[in-house]
Amino acid sequence: MALKIVKGSIDRMFDKNLQDLVRGIRNHKEDEAKYISTCIDEIKQELKQDNIAVKANAVCKLTYLQMLGYDVSWAAFNIVEVMSSSKFTYKRIGYLAASQCFHESTDVIMLTTNQIRKDLSSPNQYDTGVALTGLSCFVTPDLARDLANDIMTLMSHTKPYIRKKAVLIMYKVFLKYPESLRPAFPRLKEKLEDPDPGVQSAAVNVICELARRNPKNYLSLAPLFFKLMTSSTNNWVLIKIIKLFGALTPLEPRLGKKLIEPLTNLIHRIYLFFSQILHHLSAITLVCFSWLIAFLFFITVLISLSSGMPNHSASIQLCVQKLRILIEDSDQNLKYLGLLAMSKILKTHPKSVQSHKDLILQCLDDKDESIRLRALDLLYGMVSKKNLMEIVKKLMLHVDKAEGTTYRDELLTKIIDICSQSNYQYITNFEWYISILVELTRLEGTRHGHLIASQMLDVAIRVKAIRVFAVAQMATLLDNAHMLTGNTQRNGICEVLYAAAWICGEFSEHLENPMETLEAMLRPKVATLPGHIQAVYVQNAAKLFATVLKSQEGNTDSTTAQEASQLMIDRLPLFVQSANLEVQERASCILQLVKYIQKLQQKDVEVSEEVCALFAGELNPVAPKAQKKVPIPDGLDLDAWINEPPSESESEDEQPKAIFSKEEPKHSRPRHTEVDEKELARRREARKQEQANNPFYIKASPSSQKVYQETPGVEHIPVVQIDLSVPLKVPGLPMSDQYVKLEEERRQKERAEKKKKDKKKRKEKRSGRGKKHDSGPESEEDITPAHMVDIVTEEMPENALPSDDDERDPADPHKKSSKHKKKKQKREKEDKEKKKKKKHHHHHHHHGDKGGEESVQNGTVEEEEPLPRRLISVMLTFIFLFYSFDRKAYDIQGNLQDGSQVVVSVIFENKCDSFLKSMEFNVLDSLNSKLQRPEGSGPHDSLTIPFQLPPGVSNEARFVFTVQSIIMPQKLKGTLTFIVKNEESSTHEKLDFKLHFTCTSYLITTPCYSDAFAKLLESGDLKSSSIRLEGVNMPFHHLLARICFHHHFSVVERIDSCASMYSRSIQGHHVCLLVKISSQTVSVDAKCDEPTLLGNVLDEIKQTFSQC
Amino acid sequence: MRFMLLFSRQGKLRLQKWYTATAERDKKKMVRELMQTVLARKPKMCSFLEWRDLKIVYKRYASLYFCCAIEEQDNELITLEIIHRFVELLDKYFGSVCELDIIFNFEKAYFILDEFLMGGEIQDTSKKSVLKAIEQADLLQERPRGDYFSNSASTHCS
Repeated sequence: MALKIVKGSIDRMFDKNLQDLVRGIRNHKEDEAKYISTCIDEIKQELKQDNIAVKANAVCKLTYLQMLGYDVSWAAFNIVEVMSSSKFTYKRIGYLAASQCFHESTDVIMLTTNQIRKDLSSPNQYDTGVALTGLSCFVTPDLARDLANDIMTLMSHTKPYIRKKAVLIMYKVFLKYPESLRPAFPRLKEKLEDPDPGVQSAAVNVICELARRNPKNYLSLAPLFFKLMTSSTNNWVLIKIIKLFGALTPLEPRLGKKLIEPLTNLIHRIYLFFSQILHHLSAITLVCFSWLIAFLFFITVLISLSSGMPNHSASIQLCVQKLRILIEDSDQNLKYLGLLAMSKILKTHPKSVQSHKDLILQCLDDKDESIRLRALDLLYGMVSKKNLMEIVKKLMLHVDKAEGTTYRDELLTKIIDICSQSNYQYITNFEWYISILVELTRLEGTRHGHLIASQMLDVAIRVKAIRVFAVAQMATLLDNAHMLTGNTQRNGICEVLYAAAWICGEFSEHLENPMETLEAMLRPKVATLPGHIQAVYVQNAAKLFATVLKSQEGNTDSTTAQEASQLMIDRLPLFVQSANLEVQERASCILQLVKYIQKLQQKDVEVSEEVCALFAGELNPVAPKAQKKVPIPDGLDLDAWINEPPSESESEDEQPKAIFSKEEPKHSRPRHTEVDEKELARRREARKQEQANNPFYIKASPSSQKVYQETPGVEHIPVVQIDLSVPLKVPGLPMSDQYVKLEEERRQKERAEKKKKDKKKRKEKRSGRGKKHDSGPESEEDITPAHMVDIVTEEMPENALPSDDDERDPADPHKKSSKHKKKKQKREKEDKEKKKKKKHHHHHHHHGDKGGEESVQNGTVEEEEPLPRRLISVMLTFIFLFYSFDRKAYDIQGNLQDGSQVVVSVIFENKCDSFLKSMEFNVLDSLNSKLQRPEGSGPHDSLTIPFQLPPGVSNEARFVFTVQSIIMPQKLKGTLTFIVKNEESSTHEKLDFKLHFTCTSYLITTPCYSDAFAKLLESGDLKSSSIRLEGVNMPFHHLLARICFHHHFSVVERIDSCASMYSRSIQGHHVCLLVKISSQTVSVDAKCDEPTLLGNVLDEIKQTFSQC
Repeated sequence: MRFMLLFSRQGKLRLQKWYTATAERDKKKMVRELMQTVLARKPKMCSFLEWRDLKIVYKRYASLYFCCAIEEQDNELITLEIIHRFVELLDKYFGSVCELDIIFNFEKAYFILDEFLMGGEIQDTSKKSVLKAIEQADLLQERPRGDYFSNSASTHCS
């Protein structure tokens, strides 16, 4: 016996352990596979031994081999053996191997249940720990069900080490066995208040993950989390909780308001945390961006809180400005994060992001694909009527340049997404869009042929005015089909031919030369296309044939018609032989038909009318609500069984039907036949099927279309003839480019015309001032489409029931008024056109150089007193948001011009129930500060605010001020005049306000390093001053955060209860603070090169703290 | 977090941890694909990329790439911090860790990771408590090498 042990030990000396194996693999680089196969043989031998140490060693090696990609599933049972060893050393290895190798379909897992249960209740906490860790990787629904109770008990274990792990693994258990959630939840909730921080954070983690999936159920925990948020010291936990609140606030808006206060207090802590991460990330210089990252994080939260805080679009605007700095940075990580945050803002505040289009387009040129993709995401939300063409043009350039099909495909889908979004809302020229689509077909190897095809079909069907153009383009495409099909690799793109053939056939009356197209459609090469495309070819060749016959009718010379029949008879047999049933069936049917027609032709019988009747009928899209509006005939009970329910599932398949409707879109033509009750019920099912497959079924009815719904039918829509100023084929140049130019010209022309009109009107107006002076909506709306392209109205059943949600009663007085309004707005638009242009120009002047304008500043928030004297209390909240100044001008002309420009953004919110319009803003200039007015207007003229405010809406306007000296705070008096309009009357109202330019608002948060700071203090140029604040009972970091937030300082250094802070004025004054706290008394020693400024800033700081 | 991978610049996998059960074949395919994508990226490029429906966060330390796959809602920066923490832990445990440490003591690296993350969630944010747990567990474990020598030594003596 003893000898056996000795022998075993000696054997083991020659066994390879893990290190030997690794070394061996490294030494056998050339014949690794061979070496490993011998090793595996050895391991198999080792596993056969009784000695558990040998087995464990073998399993350990196997785990390594598994990582290298070798199959070790055969050793699963041995792994279980090692797991069940009583020694921790081996158990640990066993569980590690299991966690790496086992997955749900590993059958030996069933055998482990009891072993794991035993380990979970082991007196040794590390046995339990290792079992929990392993289990977290391979837990199956069965294991979860069997062990849920044991794990739940462990959640109240005496050792926090176990509690922590048990809580975390519960999440996995919930996922696999959801029934366990209900009984375990009270205990989980209890763990949120566990004395051990690790357990607490684990519980927060689990609940946050659960809440992410279903936030509604966790609303009741909000108070508890609120308490945690204000008390927890763990940043990881804090971030989780803040994210959780982000998910909860949309469900409970009241939460948002409550959260603002604690969040403001936390911002500094989060900021420090993120700065630490950034510090790890790469360079030290990044640290100064950390507050940006903190911002980023808060933005996401802010957005989810948005329902709770109506006026925060100001802070969003600020965030976007700051993000720009981030995106402009050379560090790619920051760039990425900046873009990511932008896209989050874009969802809720598209306007504020749109002004940074230049930057986003720039990012499209980035070498890094991650960044390009992010920028693409952003572009989607940035398009407007004005810039769509430009953006798409840029994207098309990228398509040409792009390497790698994935990115190119991504670009392609994005282009189509961008153009087609909200029912083609931004497209003003559909000819341009069609040519873009045609250009896209030239892409090599794209997978998205069907996408392009469906767009072509959709546009051609719904935009009547474009059909002539589309048909011409499609005919060219068909003629050049060999370009698309030439390479078998490009099979994705040939889907486009499906659309092309169908459009040419269906709208063949617009074809210039139907014979040619017919010939192109019947080329032998077509037989190489996929079956479903050939079928469409054949069917539409027949349609074309009908058109040819019709056009030749009455013509004495019947050769063309006869040629057409002959062509059909010659070419169709090729398709009759097709292996595809659909193609064959159609071809043989049509062939017989044409043969018959030819016979009639030879007898000089007029046939065209009969042939055309085969394909007659207008195809219209069906409105999504059409089905609902079919009136239910009297006595029809839709819920009653027509037959008794089938006893068993007969599973009659409806598949043939579905396929058919897919191939033959004509089925969607509404048939106005009499429908009996049975039919109706049956058809409803069928229609559902059909709709799902039908490309012409319009899914949503966008608001823009409602305008047209007033007209009774499609026929009455005025279709303006297109003036084809673009040659159909532009040699050399891609066509869409031409459109961009044309569009520019057209818009310019329009503008010029409007200007003329405007001048006239203005003259009239000058004589009678104070009449009506409305301002139209933003300039975006002013761009008129190239040719009034109507999107065809959706088809409704003839006897549709009017319903409240979308169709108005004809007797509705609103209808008239809305029409009226539209007219009026149009006029106003024209009126405004000139002014706006000027304003734009003006704007440009200040914001011309975005790059130089990085010092953007948020200022004090001042709320105007509510006006009790008015019944309609119009409350305007002024938020000074941006005090930006043109630093470039300042830098260059520092000696000549000491003034800076300050931009004041004002948010106007209409809190009454009436419509506000004709708002005019005026400020009484002081010697020091002047409102910048457009050239040519006097010093006391008021500025018109370029928007109107419907009830409950807020909007932002910016005003530029010139400020001479910034060392003193100032108040500017101003008035706002506007017209309050409600149903009965409209009254002229006036509102007085004061703009408060605090000295703080001239300060800019500027990071400063401690050595630079020390140098500055040593220089001796600074004058000092100090204040004391009594009775401040807030934590020191809150105090610092408050100074940073309200007064635009940044912390240079902080040591215990003492911190140095720095800020800079827009005119370059340095302001340094030394803040100390001792038992509720805060002393602030300050130095600045401008004593007056310093005094004022200190006064303002004092005021901030006296308010709280 | 869905999974974490460690691989070398040469495209050799050094560590893999999957927090959702995945079939062996899919794992291999994903690892290969992901390694190719990440290794093809230039050093100056950003640490984030979108891959399938996941977000990938990676960072290179010396010759090793640490690569995490996270879900849509997870925070990228926090993930970077998790990677950094893990590297710090390895560093503390091995004493200025290098690739070879992880190759030869790969099971130790797994143990550390398991103490740090569990089921894809961070288990303990305190580095100290993670290291303490590892040390305690190591004390319980008999050193296999030492085991051999002591055993064989005793057999020789007898």
